[in-house]
Amino acid sequence: MKPRIILSNKQFDLTITRLCYQLIETHNDFSESVIIGLQPRGIYLAKRIHARLQEILKKRDLKLGTLDITFYRDDFRKKDLIPNSTTIDFIIEDRNVVLVDDVLFTGRTIRAGLDAMLAFGRPKDVELLVLIDRRYSRNVPIQAKYVGRTIDSIASEKVKVEWNETDGEDKVWLLTNES
Amino acid sequence: MAREALMTRMTKLSTKHLLGIKDLTKNDIDLILNTASNFKEVINRPIKKVPSLRDITIANLFFENSTRTKLSFELAEKRLSADVLNFSASGSSVKKGETLIDTVNNILAMKVDMVVMRHPNPGACVFLSKHINAKIVNAGDGAHEHPTQALLDAFSIKEKLGKVKGKKVVIVGDILHSRVALSNIFCLQKLGAEVMVCGPTTLLPKYISSIGVRVEHNLRKALEWCDVANMLRIQLERQDIKYFPSLREYSMLYGLNKNILDSLGKEIVVMHPGPINRGVEITSDVADSKQSIILEQVENGVAVRMAVLYLLAGRQEN
Repeated sequence: MKPRIILSNKQFDLTITRLCYQLIETHNDFSESVIIGLQPRGIYLAKRIHARLQEILKKRDLKLGTLDITFYRDDFRKKDLIPNSTTIDFIIEDRNVVLVDDVLFTGRTIRAGLDAMLAFGRPKDVELLVLIDRRYSRNVPIQAKYVGRTIDSIASEKVKVEWNETDGEDKVWLLTNES
Repeated sequence: MAREALMTRMTKLSTKHLLGIKDLTKNDIDLILNTASNFKEVINRPIKKVPSLRDITIANLFFENSTRTKLSFELAEKRLSADVLNFSASGSSVKKGETLIDTVNNILAMKVDMVVMRHPNPGACVFLSKHINAKIVNAGDGAHEHPTQALLDAFSIKEKLGKVKGKKVVIVGDILHSRVALSNIFCLQKLGAEVMVCGPTTLLPKYISSIGVRVEHNLRKALEWCDVANMLRIQLERQDIKYFPSLREYSMLYGLNKNILDSLGKEIVVMHPGPINRGVEITSDVADSKQSIILEQVENGVAVRMAVLYLLAGRQEN
């Protein structure tokens, strides 16, 4: 089977806008809320959402952080894990946190992300936003509140999210093993 | 980060143990320093602990006295959630005549994964690595190497000056008895810095220039040349004979004081691996001055040791 586009460039943009309006429904003007992107691939989506929200809300002080979860993973020593940077220069104590990642698959990354986040304080409320939710593939009981696109895929398939910043165009692919 | 950079980025060390800087490649050193900067961020968080090594037990074997290195390693291990065993030669069965291999094998029989060892004999860690089945980190072996000190010094220089490549570093003092000097020379050279040693002839090893370092006997000339001055302690406990007439004379000729520092017409970075003999190799006002990064070195030591332990523990065996 050939690689299939799940989200084209145009749909991608619409999806980001929709996710932003869904966030505003719950978080109003984000004065009590912060956005944290998970390293390495979740930060692009977090930055995009953050920028779009600032545009829509006409505010310039929305809090955005990046969180590296390498040291909290449960598969350390099964593969080589090299850390990325963490920058959270605000207080998350008693804030509403929106964790952002690109693809929700087994849920283990988010599990580690929750652990890592707690090192910075005790948030009031934590929600998860993902661009792609791969159904029926979870290893741990974790669900996203905001989802760009839900897909059914088998374990041997791979979802690849391409970003303007790194790949030249926003696009999501479903790749099969042979491709 | 660009994708290619991610692809070419090294993800593991080329060695199983950290026995000396001599065995490391430039990529290894870069990997350790980059990982250390992640850990430096971790140890400045409200909660300074990560669970990475929670299933690892580490034995700290100190056959020689140490304050900084021992505390630093222990703290690094605890920050990584490892279980820690502490052992010091005084008050142990070493005094009853047990050999090094027997001592270590007995400790390993208690299911220990890694060994951090300081030993008065050069090569003790290399010897041990050939006979036992655990990962070994050298915390100083005699006058041979002290790799984590060199790594933390390089990390501190990089943090202060932006890079190590092309910088001029002078190591001043008792080079002959110093494991810090040798490890520093290897490490700085691999990272592309120029290294000079400075001290009285009696305290410089005879063939030191053969490893590509400059030699200078005049402190002022050395300081005028350098960007960074690393002041070493006079290791009186290792000096079996008199190498210079008096401490007072040494400190007049090779001690770093405020006068000489201010007369240079440029700001150099002052480092010291500790413990300081105030008033001998460095005066108090210099040690506590703005140019001194002595306490930053100590803070960075924990981050660098976390990186070393993390990378060694995570290294897969093929």
